[in-house]
Amino acid sequence: MARSVAAPDLEALRRGIRRRRLGDRLFALFGWACMTAALLVLAALLVDLAIDGLPHLRWDFFTSFPSRKPERAGILSAWVGSLAVMGVTAAAAIPLGVAAAVYLEEYGPKNWITDAIEISVTNLAGVPSIVFGLLALGFLVYVLDLGRNVLTGGLTLAMLVLPIVIVATREAVRAVPFGIREAAFALGATKWQTIWHHVLPYSMGGIATGVIIALARAIGETAPLITIGALTYIAFLPTSPVQAEWPFLSFQWLDDPFTVMPIQTFNWISRPGDDFQGNAAAAGLVLMGMTLVMNGAAIWLRYRLRKRVRW
Amino acid sequence: MATRNALRALGEHVIEAGLLLAALSSIAITTAILYVLLSESVGFFRVVSLVDFLTDTMWTPLFADARFGILPLLCGTLVSSGVGLAVAVPLGLTSALYLSEFAHPRTREIVKPFLELLAGVPTVVYGYFALLFVTPLLQRWLFPDMPGFNVLSPGLVIGVMIIPYVSSLSEDAMRAVPMELREAAFAMGATRLQVAARVVLPAALSGVAAAFALGMSRAVGETMVVAIAAGQQPNLTLDPRQPAATITAYIVQVALGDLPHGSLGYLSIFAAGLTLMLLTLGFNVAGWLLRRRFREAY
Repeated sequence: MARSVAAPDLEALRRGIRRRRLGDRLFALFGWACMTAALLVLAALLVDLAIDGLPHLRWDFFTSFPSRKPERAGILSAWVGSLAVMGVTAAAAIPLGVAAAVYLEEYGPKNWITDAIEISVTNLAGVPSIVFGLLALGFLVYVLDLGRNVLTGGLTLAMLVLPIVIVATREAVRAVPFGIREAAFALGATKWQTIWHHVLPYSMGGIATGVIIALARAIGETAPLITIGALTYIAFLPTSPVQAEWPFLSFQWLDDPFTVMPIQTFNWISRPGDDFQGNAAAAGLVLMGMTLVMNGAAIWLRYRLRKRVRW
Repeated sequence: MATRNALRALGEHVIEAGLLLAALSSIAITTAILYVLLSESVGFFRVVSLVDFLTDTMWTPLFADARFGILPLLCGTLVSSGVGLAVAVPLGLTSALYLSEFAHPRTREIVKPFLELLAGVPTVVYGYFALLFVTPLLQRWLFPDMPGFNVLSPGLVIGVMIIPYVSSLSEDAMRAVPMELREAAFAMGATRLQVAARVVLPAALSGVAAAFALGMSRAVGETMVVAIAAGQQPNLTLDPRQPAATITAYIVQVALGDLPHGSLGYLSIFAAGLTLMLLTLGFNVAGWLLRRRFREAY
């Protein structure tokens, strides 16, 4: 090269740097805006529901059965039904999910059975909820002949949320340091004693978080229960589990027909005309309240655990 | 002592067997799903030929002249989830880039749970929102002639619903990119935007693609939003402003009526369910393969 290197044009360089830094800031702003836009939709949804629904949200609304007259229709059978179905779901999904997760984390040898279980859990987590409805209709209702009742509804939702419980439990169990297990083994504990007295208690917070999230998901599910015919007019409650006469306990409620909150909401939305829209909004608001409280509890629990536990 | 130890060892085996049984339940559920879908679909395909099912352009199972072409339902499903993805991909990806590369860790801790809430809202509430808030809004400002039932509005709402799936999986992939790559770029004088766009995004690409595939799978399987707001009218059109039915909405529509067990209408929802299952399985497997690739990269 004949000429020496020209002194860099400082002004041009600075302009370039300024331009890039401006781009940097603009993108940060844009990213923030995108995120806020998503959150604003959530806010708009809540406000819209509140405007339409709050006027209907009186005490009567919780203590009345559905009715043909919008101003007298309430959600008594729906919230009691949701509670009953959640009871069955929790009773089935929690022990089954925790047991399956403990097996996969603590026992499962590296073989094709373990692989098959892992693959089927991953696969189940991605199955659309309506397919669980078809499973309930074709298998629980027509093959096992369980009937279209609380038990069938609860089991359907339990199958739906089982992967959530399993994945959460596995993560919680995996987070318990191996030294804890070794210490227990060194004192002569058996494998199960180690798990029961140490691993499970220490992972209880994580498991509880997963269970709450699973139940929050289940309580809002509509589609899998529609296929088993839960969209009927229900103006009565399931039989009380506590009876005045011997044997005082009754499981008749498992066999009773039911409706749940999201189905009652759907029922009111899909009525022609807009008489019932206020009821739908009020029921939707109650449903949102339930899921928000449960999700909030899960977030709080997770936050507390992360702050407190230091292995 | 010896008998006690023997008893204890036996107990351990019993417990392990019980746990294995619980773990096998997931295989049992998967098998039951396949069994139900396949066995009822076999009954359906005895009457309706597979060729008609895949090529006929009409879906009128409840008419006297019943025709069973899945194309209109498939079209409704793909258009509604396409609209959803068109919302969720840019918003979810930008949010993920922002959260992973720009935001203060504390902002991330606070915002993420709120973003995740979007996926926790009951879908029936989203349906209400689409039908009675988004559609009137669109009619007033953008498309005055759009019918009250249309695919656009539930599609948009589905998009918002799957933002958390897209953003949190993408963010995981971005945070898995080793810090050294970023530091090298910063040392060369790159800005955060340059690092995000030219280093982090390409390195996390397969994970991000996996997030899109899983988001698509969610959108395809979404039921209540479209059942409420899209009109339940099978319609072979690519125009999202038209009413249409999706595979999921059709299943809901039939389930609402009281079709006798074993009738062709009853069998048809299982054939539709099988199609849906294959569709989502395709996206899930694609997502899973892509994700495995990004996990192995570093």
